[in-house]
Amino acid sequence: MDAKRELLSLLSTDAREDVDDIARQLDTDPDTVEQLLTELESEGPVRGYQAVIDWDSTDTNHVAAHVELNVELDRDTGYEEIADRIARFPAVESLRLVSGDYDFAVKVTGDSMQDVSQFISEQVAPLPAVTQTVTHFVMETYKEAGIDFGDRDGDDRLSVSP
Amino acid sequence: MTLQPNDRVAETPESGIRKFFELAEERDDVISLGVGEPDFSAPWAARTAAIDSLKAGKTSYTANRGKLELREAIATHVQRWDQTYDPESEILVTTGASEAVDLALRTFLENGDTVAVHEPTYISYEPGVRFAGGEPLAVPTSADNDFLLTPAALADAGAADADALILCYPNNPTGAVMDADETAAVAEFCVEHDIDVIADEIYAALTYDGDHTSIATLPGMRERTIVINGFSKAYAMTGLRLGYAMGPAEAIEAMNRVHQYTMLSAPTTAQYAAIEALRSCEDSLREMATEFDRRRRFVISRFEEMGLDCFTAKGAFYAFPACGGDDEAFAEELLEAKGVAVVPGSVFGPAGEGHLRISYATGMNELKTALQRIESFVETR
Repeated sequence: MDAKRELLSLLSTDAREDVDDIARQLDTDPDTVEQLLTELESEGPVRGYQAVIDWDSTDTNHVAAHVELNVELDRDTGYEEIADRIARFPAVESLRLVSGDYDFAVKVTGDSMQDVSQFISEQVAPLPAVTQTVTHFVMETYKEAGIDFGDRDGDDRLSVSP
Repeated sequence: MTLQPNDRVAETPESGIRKFFELAEERDDVISLGVGEPDFSAPWAARTAAIDSLKAGKTSYTANRGKLELREAIATHVQRWDQTYDPESEILVTTGASEAVDLALRTFLENGDTVAVHEPTYISYEPGVRFAGGEPLAVPTSADNDFLLTPAALADAGAADADALILCYPNNPTGAVMDADETAAVAEFCVEHDIDVIADEIYAALTYDGDHTSIATLPGMRERTIVINGFSKAYAMTGLRLGYAMGPAEAIEAMNRVHQYTMLSAPTTAQYAAIEALRSCEDSLREMATEFDRRRRFVISRFEEMGLDCFTAKGAFYAFPACGGDDEAFAEELLEAKGVAVVPGSVFGPAGEGHLRISYATGMNELKTALQRIESFVETR
């Protein structure tokens, strides 16, 4: 694996890893890691660093919904234009064009169900290109970004073994 | 006296691992770098296959040699190491690779046969040889030569007269790997001196600098080698107890005779898990190996920073740094002072003295903390 790919794979597991420890794991020096990080950030592959948060473990109000969006294209309006219009709202956490029964898969977050519903009905549904929205509120999160919230595989190995 | 163990058993001491296990169990703040098994669980697809087999009531014996479907999958799997074995007649599924080692020793040793065992090495071989009526002959390897086995080391130890050799690379406890040329030199020695080989290749899937070379694939070796492998290390299935032996049809037939009278067949549930592991879990294997490789490099550079000599282990999930002095005292004091459990190298034979076996089958965060603790222990010592 080349160094950049290896660095990406490592960051995708733990983006908070410190540069010295990354260097040790990749068998290189901290300066090289800094250099690679700068390149990955400026060239586009690394778009940001975020914590994976289990909101249900906090006392913060946090509601998420997956919204299916059907759209109708015309001469002036393509997927790109519609995506640009929707993606700019901060409430939109992710936006993807997908294959299948609908066109866009949107993840929307807010402080309450009312918040989210209002956003969909006032900001998304009225767009001329949007023909249908189906909103699925998230009721329970079991796994997010590869991290299992259930802590299912405990370590019950013997402490010392041959 | 009743129930008096025979001399072979009576004279075999308890493993030195046991002592450290008991010491570590006394405290609850211990980070253990003393574990000889992966910290991952078996791939989920393999676990569900085992569960489904149980639900479907697949709880009877299998064929003595193991399910043919599994042997066929094994035959395909081992082609990656250029090993070609006929699933019908040249593969035997066993209850862990451990059973395969024991079977090979009991099948091929005559009373008093000499079996060369390179040291430091896995703790079960020498007792296994004795239980089977043979005499182990220790062949020391050293840090000077990256713990590799050489014809010179074999000759110096008097192994030219040995009847068999147990070869274990990638090695537990050192993490050493023999490359193609190094393995070929040992193969030539075995052919020249007519020595059979039991090749324990349980860590074959965990090499980090080039692929594993199996001695059985070298000229003149197939007919004199039993290859042993299993699912414990590569697929994190230690508790499912499943391994296999491969060799010429007559040899496997002979081993199967011992197996059928003693074990009957390997655990059925584990066989279903293993079929699925081979069918669909290559990604899990690769991800685990990638993670081990990162930890390996991390651990080795940390020991370098501490000023402990640590040769570049290229396989398994062990590093084997020198601790500069009495390894047993070092390990005991480290556990006492810092709550880090490691295994002293001398547990794996006198050639391991002055070294520590560091297992990096532990999560990265714990590994970092453990190495910090070792560093501060080394500084104050």
